[in-house]
Amino acid sequence: MGQIMLGAVSLGLLWAVMTIGVYITYRILNIADLSVEGSIAMGAALAAHNIVGGMNPFLATGVAFFGGMVAGLITGILHTRLKIPALLSGILTMIALYSVNLRIMGKANLSLLRMDTVYSTVEQLGMVKNHAVIVLGLFVVLILVGILYWFFGTEIGCAIRATGNNPQMARAQGINTDNMIILGLIISNGMVALSGALIAQSQSFADVQMGIGSIVIGLASVIIGEVLFGKRNFFNRLLSLVLGAITYRMIIALVLRMGMPANDLKLFTAMTVAVALSLPVFRSFLKPLKKSGKEVI
Amino acid sequence: MLKVQAISKRFNPGTINEKMALDRVDLTLDEGDFVTLIGGNGAGKSTLLNCVAGVYGIDEGTIFIDGKDVTRLSEFKRAGMIGRVFQDPMMGTASDMGIEENLALAYRRGQFRSLRWGITHDERNHYRELLSSLGLGLENRLSNKVGLLSGGQRQALTLLMATLIRPRILLLDEHTAALDPKTADKVLELSDQFIEEGKLTTLMVTHNMRHAIKHGNRLIMMHEGHIILDIRGEEKQQLTVENLMERFGKASGEEFANDRALLS
Ligand SMILES: Nc1ncnc2c1ncn2[C@@H]1O[C@H](COP(=O)(O)OP(=O)(O)OP(=O)(O)O)[C@@H](O)[C@H]1O
Ligand SMILES: [Mg+2]
Repeated sequence: MGQIMLGAVSLGLLWAVMTIGVYITYRILNIADLSVEGSIAMGAALAAHNIVGGMNPFLATGVAFFGGMVAGLITGILHTRLKIPALLSGILTMIALYSVNLRIMGKANLSLLRMDTVYSTVEQLGMVKNHAVIVLGLFVVLILVGILYWFFGTEIGCAIRATGNNPQMARAQGINTDNMIILGLIISNGMVALSGALIAQSQSFADVQMGIGSIVIGLASVIIGEVLFGKRNFFNRLLSLVLGAITYRMIIALVLRMGMPANDLKLFTAMTVAVALSLPVFRSFLKPLKKSGKEVI
Repeated sequence: MLKVQAISKRFNPGTINEKMALDRVDLTLDEGDFVTLIGGNGAGKSTLLNCVAGVYGIDEGTIFIDGKDVTRLSEFKRAGMIGRVFQDPMMGTASDMGIEENLALAYRRGQFRSLRWGITHDERNHYRELLSSLGLGLENRLSNKVGLLSGGQRQALTLLMATLIRPRILLLDEHTAALDPKTADKVLELSDQFIEEGKLTTLMVTHNMRHAIKHGNRLIMMHEGHIILDIRGEEKQQLTVENLMERFGKASGEEFANDRALLS
């Protein structure tokens, strides 16, 4: 059991990187971006292909990050410049990436068994792979949390937040909302692809199908994090995302252990997210007389 | 200061819903003019303000602000010259962000945004002083989310944001219409104060005839996409609601119809 939970923590840490990416689009930009389903597989594909080709695994992971940013850029251009609705823009990129990913890998999956990965470096310090994944995953997650905490406090970061919160107001304050949306999508998809690259190296293979349902996993993690670990301030929110992603993996490990067939996982996750997203409706249904928190001038 | 030359705006052109919202409108605001704008439902008042602000592109004509042709400039690029307060109190602020963060966004209007901190320590002190001048107690709540504020507080904050960087033109579109009468008066009073102190060139839409007469140095009235009355100086001071209605009737050949104006 301990071993299973350790696995859940390590996987959760890697998915936390993806969860933060989803959070940036879903909560900060207020866009449900489906291109992440393609970006996560693209990150895996780029990392695997390049590692198999003999590239330094850290460099290959960097290439994956960059590839994800390009995917985000494309979704952003489709949405803002070509005026295609955000949801559809994401779907177009996602579908296109499926073919792109097959081309990158040359086949539906690539094995990384016995190849050098980013974790090998940490293993050389005298650790088993599972521990190495946790150490490196934690390291990456903490650095990203730090960078994002700083970034969303800068002028540009504030402009992105304002764009997601009230685009009309943002434009009235001189913010180029189109560019802010594109920038947010670039950062988000870069992180998602990075996550894909780290996951592929930890499980020792990349699969063109691995993105399917990932948006729902990301959303589930975001919501679990918010509900269980709070959203008092931005730092708290970021930590909640990480803990949410880990908790999601623990829940999955538990239900699998309790005998749920693995094939039902996506159904289970989708239902969890549907229930979580509809909670506000039930709450307002139960409390129709709740007084508003507004005050008079 | 603001020069609008023969601008036209047509919505849904070529469809059954085609609507000529502005029909070759000319308007010049001199430096320091405080113009109240009144007119019936659908007269084109909001459309005029939105065209000046760049929310909509125009079909014909030219718009100059401060002598500069801004006709082709996008909304966010014009924003550096324009301060705006909207009818809907939700519209002018980012509700999930703090009071100080909203002010900091406004403080950078028209400026290049970089990776510097989005808000500095000195700014906070400056904002605290400005907020206390509103007399709403907001100076002690700098980090509170704007979503927690009342409509009146939000409009006062939006007004402060619109004038934080001195705008070449201040556009107020029925910015007190969604507030209860007492709050509306307070926000109007603040508007007067800001406009006077900053000697701001202002275009204020209102559906309240008394307000249109009482405030500003010039009153214009719109009807079906045209400016039909432009009254200033002495003449404006002498205006009464009755004779404004009468002059509207003569100029338009119709009775003044604005459901909200009749109620107030
Ligand atoms: N975005 C839009 N799309 C289509 N038609 C519009 C749009 N905005 C305004 N119109 C139409 O243009 C005309 C002028 O509208 P506008 O909002 O400028 O009127 P207004 O003078 O501000 O009226 P009110 O007193 O009701 O606010 C109206 O007939 C309106 O239906
Ligand atoms: Mg209007």
